[in-house]
Amino acid sequence: MSRLRAALTPYALIFPGGLWLAIFFVIPMIVMLSLSLQSGSVEDGYAFTFNWHSYADGLANYHDQIIRSLLYGLAATLLQIILGFPVAYWIAFKGGNRKSVYLFLMLLPFLVSFVLRTISWQFLLSDNGILLGPLKDIGLLPDGFRVLATPFAVIAGLAYNFLPFMVLPMYVALERIDPRVLEAAQDLYASRFQTFLRVVLPLSLPGVFAGVLMTFVPATSDYVNASVLGGTNTTMIGNVIQNQYLVTQDYPTASALSFTLMALLLVGIFAYARALGTEDVLEVAAR
Amino acid sequence: MNDPFRQDPALLRGMTQRRLGRRDAFRLAGLSAAGLALAACGVQGKGKARPTSSAQVQSEVEKYWSGKAKNGHVDFANWPLYMDPKKPELKEFTKRTGITVTYKEVIQETAGWYAKIQPQLAAGQSIDYDLMVFTNSVQLTQLIKLGYLVPLDHDRLPNFTKNVGARYTQEAFDPGNVYTVPWASGMTGIAYNPKYIDTPPTSYSALWDPKYKGKVGMMADSQEIANFAMFALGIDPDKSTPADWEKAAAKLTEQRDSGIVRKYYDQSYIDPLAKGDIWICQAWSGDIFQKNLSDGTDLKFVIPQEGATIWTDNFMIPKTAANPVDAITLIDFFYEPAIAGSLAEYINYVTPVPSAKDAILADAAKASGADKKTLQMIADSPLVFPSDDDYAKLRTYVTFANSEDHKKFESIFQPITTS
Repeated sequence: MSRLRAALTPYALIFPGGLWLAIFFVIPMIVMLSLSLQSGSVEDGYAFTFNWHSYADGLANYHDQIIRSLLYGLAATLLQIILGFPVAYWIAFKGGNRKSVYLFLMLLPFLVSFVLRTISWQFLLSDNGILLGPLKDIGLLPDGFRVLATPFAVIAGLAYNFLPFMVLPMYVALERIDPRVLEAAQDLYASRFQTFLRVVLPLSLPGVFAGVLMTFVPATSDYVNASVLGGTNTTMIGNVIQNQYLVTQDYPTASALSFTLMALLLVGIFAYARALGTEDVLEVAAR
Repeated sequence: MNDPFRQDPALLRGMTQRRLGRRDAFRLAGLSAAGLALAACGVQGKGKARPTSSAQVQSEVEKYWSGKAKNGHVDFANWPLYMDPKKPELKEFTKRTGITVTYKEVIQETAGWYAKIQPQLAAGQSIDYDLMVFTNSVQLTQLIKLGYLVPLDHDRLPNFTKNVGARYTQEAFDPGNVYTVPWASGMTGIAYNPKYIDTPPTSYSALWDPKYKGKVGMMADSQEIANFAMFALGIDPDKSTPADWEKAAAKLTEQRDSGIVRKYYDQSYIDPLAKGDIWICQAWSGDIFQKNLSDGTDLKFVIPQEGATIWTDNFMIPKTAANPVDAITLIDFFYEPAIAGSLAEYINYVTPVPSAKDAILADAAKASGADKKTLQMIADSPLVFPSDDDYAKLRTYVTFANSEDHKKFESIFQPITTS
């Protein structure tokens, strides 16, 4: 009896979460996949016709936005590593017993709604606003200069909005590094730079890997930043999909674009995991 | 058309907030699986032929309304800030008829609201509202086509029949007001910030003027940009053909690619205009009026010489409404001149009841000082009571014959804003 219970326990544990995922993730995915292969309209109804044209048309019409999204996502992710790594490093090694305070401070802005934070950038970066206005007045910037409605604004917004998801995993990886390993490196006459390069950095890679996964994917498919901070020619694929669903009500094209994006991201992630050597990385992470 | 806006900011008359999000700042809503449910796995078409003869309409009306009775309550869905927060009109209604009203400002966006209610209506479920206000749009045309709206019994609308402005009975999207009657209208014209622009623009060509490079705001809505380009080209949007759309799209693409357009905005154009991020843009009449009143700005709104488009927000009763009699009673109540006047005094959009002007003037005669001036100004405003000359310059939106046409239209204009 108790053996049976022991055998069933894992299934009982997975059941609620599994059911949740099945209902809210798997079923919609199947519906969406089916939709992407249908043709018709809201009024005349849809029929399943293996209409692969939605995929071909989607790629033909929106490849610019897809490529742009991948580039923006990549740029934002790099920016986050550059900005986030030193922060994670500092909190992990120099935070002392106030680490949790620093982490909380970093998370504090993120208690405010995502959309609201992005809109506040409009105020901050406005052409004659509190930041650019004075710089223009003293002649450091030309009158026509602007930050809003540029690709830079979109990428910066993306980097800002997903930053904690980059910093936290990196912090966790760095925090776990045994100080004795660093001491050993010094005992073996490694300079501080060498210690960082050959001990700290490799040990932090699992965190970087997790951070990239958690930020690159949402950043690439985001549409809020492009619609709030972007201008002309900064539209991302998320905006296109949202438009196709709500405005044009072309559900098949929207679904096809969603799947195309998903496929591209999956391929990208696998390639990235391969290049970085996931096994090593996971092994280190598990230690 | 500019003078009415020179305002003493002290005269806010409760208008401390502008109507945010009429076409909504972000189209965040609605990307839910709900929209998909309908379309899943080969759904039957729900298209329904519009009744063609008045006899047919009459029989549908009788079929629906026979046996329906007053229940003493109505649930009313509307856009935000589209009524005085103290709801004086609704209080008066309850006092007179005993019908209580639950008023919710839940409609933030045409497409989003449609995506929310469509699956429920398709399934024959209640949407929890007996009455709603919805803009003329592709979505409205679809609601009518799909048979989701109650045919209105005009015998129960005596005030409407008596007081509505003649032009509102022949709207292209619902001639004869079979399913809808107007709540309020507004115009899409050009707004500019006089701090940066000295000579008032009089023509649509101002939005193509290279001297405003990077400082021009256009709307993200395909219909709105298409209308402007067609006006600039001398084409009447309501009579336009796909060939005209191509020409308009070329004009808009040229405007974008030469860097004149800074951005394609939803309703969020107002703040950038006030701050000087953009100097001149497409705008909705009431927005500019309310921004000036609430923030003391001095933005200007013009109807260009070529004309402008007028849109209408309409009352309608969804077919799953639980209290249709109470709803239609409330609709008719808003067509009393005094009530329509009281509403227009607050919202400052075009009222479909011309005689509301007398009601406002009567209020003005009773008021004194600053209030009197404001009321006088509202009564005289061409944006609340357009003259016949103004109306002659106004055009309606393109009304699509079917979803193929709409799809074509979007496929021509959407690439411009989503480049």
